[in-house]
Amino acid sequence: MISQLSWKIGGQQGEGVESTDRIFSTALNRLGYYLYGYRHFSSRIKGGHTNNKIRISTKPIRAISDDLDILVAFDQESIDLNAKELRLGGVIVADAKFNPTIPEGIDTRLFAVPITAMAEELGTSLMKNMVASGASWALLGLPLDVFNKAVEEEFGRKGAAIVEKNVEAVKRGAEFVLEQAGGPLDEFKLDAADGQQKLFMIGNEAIGLGSVAAGCRLMAAYPITPASEIMEYLIKKLPHFGGTVVQTEDEIAAVTMAIGANYAGVRTMTASAGPGLSLMMEAIGLAGMTETPLVIVNTQRGGPSTGLPTKQEQSDLNAMVYGTHGEIPKIVIAPASIEDCFYDTIEAFNLAEQYQVPVILMTDLQLSLGKQSCDQLDYNKIEIKRGKLVTDVPALEGHDLFKRYELTEDGISQRVLPGEKGGLHHVTGVEHDETGRPSENALNRQNMMDKRLNKLNDMYVREAIRVDAPHDTPDLLIIGMGSTGGTIDEARSLLEQEGVTTNHITIRQIHPFPTKPLLPYLQKATKVIVIENNATAQLAGQIKMHAGFADKIESLLKYDGNPFLPSDVHKACKELSLDGNVQRV
Amino acid sequence: MATFKEFRNNVKPNWCPGCGDFSIQAAIQRAAANVGLEPENLAVISGIGCSGRISGYINAYGFHGIHGRVLPIAQGVKLANRELTVIASGGDGDGFAIGMGHTVHAIRRNLNVTYIVMDNQIYGLTKGQTSPRSAEGFKTKSTPEGSIETTLSPLEIAMSAGATFVAQSFSSDLKQLTKLIEEGINHEGFSLINVFSPCVTFNKINTYDWFKANIVNLEQFPEYDASNRVMAMNKIMETNGMLTGLIYQNKERKSYEDLVTGFKQEGLAKQDIKITPEQFDKLVAEFK
Ligand SMILES: Cc1ncc(C[n+]2csc(CCOP(=O)(O)OP(=O)(O)O)c2C)c(N)n1
Ligand code: SF4
Repeated sequence: MISQLSWKIGGQQGEGVESTDRIFSTALNRLGYYLYGYRHFSSRIKGGHTNNKIRISTKPIRAISDDLDILVAFDQESIDLNAKELRLGGVIVADAKFNPTIPEGIDTRLFAVPITAMAEELGTSLMKNMVASGASWALLGLPLDVFNKAVEEEFGRKGAAIVEKNVEAVKRGAEFVLEQAGGPLDEFKLDAADGQQKLFMIGNEAIGLGSVAAGCRLMAAYPITPASEIMEYLIKKLPHFGGTVVQTEDEIAAVTMAIGANYAGVRTMTASAGPGLSLMMEAIGLAGMTETPLVIVNTQRGGPSTGLPTKQEQSDLNAMVYGTHGEIPKIVIAPASIEDCFYDTIEAFNLAEQYQVPVILMTDLQLSLGKQSCDQLDYNKIEIKRGKLVTDVPALEGHDLFKRYELTEDGISQRVLPGEKGGLHHVTGVEHDETGRPSENALNRQNMMDKRLNKLNDMYVREAIRVDAPHDTPDLLIIGMGSTGGTIDEARSLLEQEGVTTNHITIRQIHPFPTKPLLPYLQKATKVIVIENNATAQLAGQIKMHAGFADKIESLLKYDGNPFLPSDVHKACKELSLDGNVQRV
Repeated sequence: MATFKEFRNNVKPNWCPGCGDFSIQAAIQRAAANVGLEPENLAVISGIGCSGRISGYINAYGFHGIHGRVLPIAQGVKLANRELTVIASGGDGDGFAIGMGHTVHAIRRNLNVTYIVMDNQIYGLTKGQTSPRSAEGFKTKSTPEGSIETTLSPLEIAMSAGATFVAQSFSSDLKQLTKLIEEGINHEGFSLINVFSPCVTFNKINTYDWFKANIVNLEQFPEYDASNRVMAMNKIMETNGMLTGLIYQNKERKSYEDLVTGFKQEGLAKQDIKITPEQFDKLVAEFK
């Protein structure tokens, strides 16, 4: 019996790779396994090799694995590209249609299943996904009735006949492979899972769900990979809560529409990736200057320019921290798990209103699109905090205006919404006085700059840094952010077995930088390695700039478009612990 | 009900004496009073330019945004609280150069926003460069040998983008302008009102006298039917865009707000935002 296993399906984009993965993993989720998915795809819709990998485990997992146990291939290219990942004893299930062959030098078992032929026999090649997932399921020796129930739910709406056909496709795939293999493969027999269905979702869905829970009722956005799922989720949900999504003409319209709506009192967000974020820069300054709450999600992908639009990267950090001309207060939060995506989204909306600043929620492609299991989300943790938003303010005298930008001790002023009789005031991106009227007075300018920029002094989000520090003086302190945490932890357990002790800190508050909480860990560390998916060590740069310790900080960088593998991290940490140099991967 | 004086504040506009924008400000204030608004229920969103300062000169909720983005901001305000009357305003550079993309799409979207463009055929605030509205051959600081680009026709563009309300006026004709703004506010959908507003400092060609000599008032054509799209388009072309009055109005098409599924009459900003445990459970169940 084993506790975890990796499965991958490959084929041409648009030929059912996605749906095979979906149905297979839904059924596994039913049994209570923890799953972690990784989608490899190109930005073409049809054609081009694509593959989805899932890890299946009886314990929580947050990383893709280095190796592979089962490869399902719809074409020879999928075998040629992926067979090298197979571990010793791994198997390939391939469509007999293309006469699959095993590349030279690879030792594996091949089951050629007439996937297309069986699907066509049942009426349509579209059912390839069912035959393929049925065969996979059977090899693992998992109960077929659970799988059939998942099929029923997927196709129930389309009628009993369709369900029946799909169930039949699953059965044929399963029977064929079992006959070839002589029954389920013992070496793939998974320990039973806990039977508790987990939530199984991508980060973007958790953000969408979080925003509904946070009371976000409008979204203005322009489609872009890997952000679009957020708007697609919200357009399905917001109408049930009185709100809507507007697909704007561009990201400048999206962000300024969001600013207008937030000004008028509705929690409104926009979401994009690097190219859109670049277009939003001027408007982010407007939100900062006018102290208008704003939530932007930036799902990072490979840059610069159009870069690697469907690949993993964490290279917008500096753009998010420094972006917009002039100086404004801004919060940048980096969720590191599905749960974070949910809770941080709620917090982002709260902080935006409490501090009256733009908040950027920063994910990366792997976190946004990787489908993962997460334990239940807690309704009781949903809190809505609207800060100094006031209503029923006293009437104004004569030509007086409401002091929307009143200088206060904490720099945060009361905020009223249009419609409020005693709240008339002006809002402008021009430097202004306490009532919002333009002013070039030097003293006022200085006061207003200080007011805005000091608002975030000593502001910390929930778990600004997430610390896993079992050792008082570890050999290595590993620092990362975003989706890399699970990979780092897997490498750590290997290192630990080899006698290398490590602590792990995830930076969740990227800006303002959480220097104070981080400092003691840096002081105590002998060697620090900062792991990030970019070429210029942007996170390490922030750490060195704010906290120092340049002499003991090394970087492990990966910017080839792929997420880190546990082996990348393991190798670099091992070398560093032996005083070697860290190589870029 | 508020009088037009209640839409005035104590700020002295920094426009040049004689600038056309003064009358537009007065017309907005009168129209707001005439249609029965209260200052707190009016939001004036403006762009950047001499014209953009207008939101600071009207006693209402005013938002002075960034160059060219007046319309998305205004649409955001309207979506958030449709009970507010939203007027968007800015210069011809703001709306027809840097903001042209938004103008076309705001027209298509048809949210109930009144957009008043202060069209002086030049960039005022940046001290006299060419605008998309400048005539061919027009000499400015940025076109010393005269503009070599075609003049943009916002009226034709608006018509072809599916506008439901298109009007044009002249800042000297306070009576017509006030009436058109009232009609624009009352129109259920997006209204574009382009207003010739002479820049006395930088535009020595398109002066008050020049406009008086060159514009035709649609009142001169008793047979004109503003609900006829073809007639409207023809008239715009016949007069080379130099006409004033209500050019086109489509009262049939519903506003965006009315077409959004489940959108209530009550302003969204006033609705409760906390979800119930039952709603939460239902949302979460989809991921099992
Ligand atoms: C992004 C950006 N680019 C340029 C400017 C400079 N700018 C301010 S107003 C303006 C044009 C003004 O012309 P118009 O919109 O016609 O308004 P007017 O001053 O004539 O009323 C320009 C180019 C700016 N503020 N922002
Ligand atoms: S420069 Fe022209 S547009 Fe600007 S205020 Fe003066 S007259 Fe008006």
